[in-house]
Amino acid sequence: MLFDMARTATTADAFNAVAEPRRRQLCDVLAGGEMAVNELVARLGLTQPQVSKHLRVLREVGVVAVRGDGRQRLYRLQGAALKPIHDWIKDYEQTWNDRFDDMDAVLDDLKSQEEQDGGSGR
Amino acid sequence: MAAVAGNRTAVVTLPSDTQILITREFDAPKHLVYRAWTTPELIRRWWHAKRGEMTVAEVDLRVGGRWRYAMVAHGEFEVAFHGEYLEIVPDERIVSTEVFEGAPEASATSTATFTEVDGRTALTLLVDHAAREHRDAHINSGMEDGLQEALDLLELAAISLDPD
Repeated sequence: MLFDMARTATTADAFNAVAEPRRRQLCDVLAGGEMAVNELVARLGLTQPQVSKHLRVLREVGVVAVRGDGRQRLYRLQGAALKPIHDWIKDYEQTWNDRFDDMDAVLDDLKSQEEQDGGSGR
Repeated sequence: MAAVAGNRTAVVTLPSDTQILITREFDAPKHLVYRAWTTPELIRRWWHAKRGEMTVAEVDLRVGGRWRYAMVAHGEFEVAFHGEYLEIVPDERIVSTEVFEGAPEASATSTATFTEVDGRTALTLLVDHAAREHRDAHINSGMEDGLQEALDLLELAAISLDPD
């Protein structure tokens, strides 16, 4: 069965890591550029232990990387780890775009029909 | 749901752990978009997404009524979905269950909302899976490397639980 092939839910992959809303928010903030923990704490309105915990999960799956800069540790987004998600969304979007493009053609026909009927189709 | 920006491209987002949200704007009033969305002979013209032949488009459009869509993808695999209408507000909103028949345990609830602004209609389609694992399975299954294309198609279709 198709879905039996699915792995069990863990936080050990990017999908699960970014399923958590706070972690998605954290990714959004980091998308703006490299940042230290205290800045993230200020931006997100979370405690430092909370931010550190989320950062750890994101680092474990490679979504976030860190480097030392003097006494600071700077965190940054690693786009490549999110690419599988991006690719999936793109495939899914393409299916819908194909459907909706065909719907446009259907709607054009419906609009012409209404015009022929004297615009009284409502 | 706010009207979508004037853009005729589908936008897909994952607003929560269990949800998929699809939005798209149409250059047509909402009663026509609703008609295209709910009329079997019109559904047959678009639901296949150019990925096969649609073989079934059954719509019993009333609360408690059932729907079923099926297509044969590239002449080989049947991909079928069915569900039950939970709420119907004509030209405005349709809520239904939906089940991919290849994975009947992964039931979802989908809500289609039609919002008209200046003669254009924003369609939002919110698909909420019963469990996060089901949505995750859909996401993962759509991108397993090395699976043959046919399986990919089935899995993509599973992701696409959405006929309404």
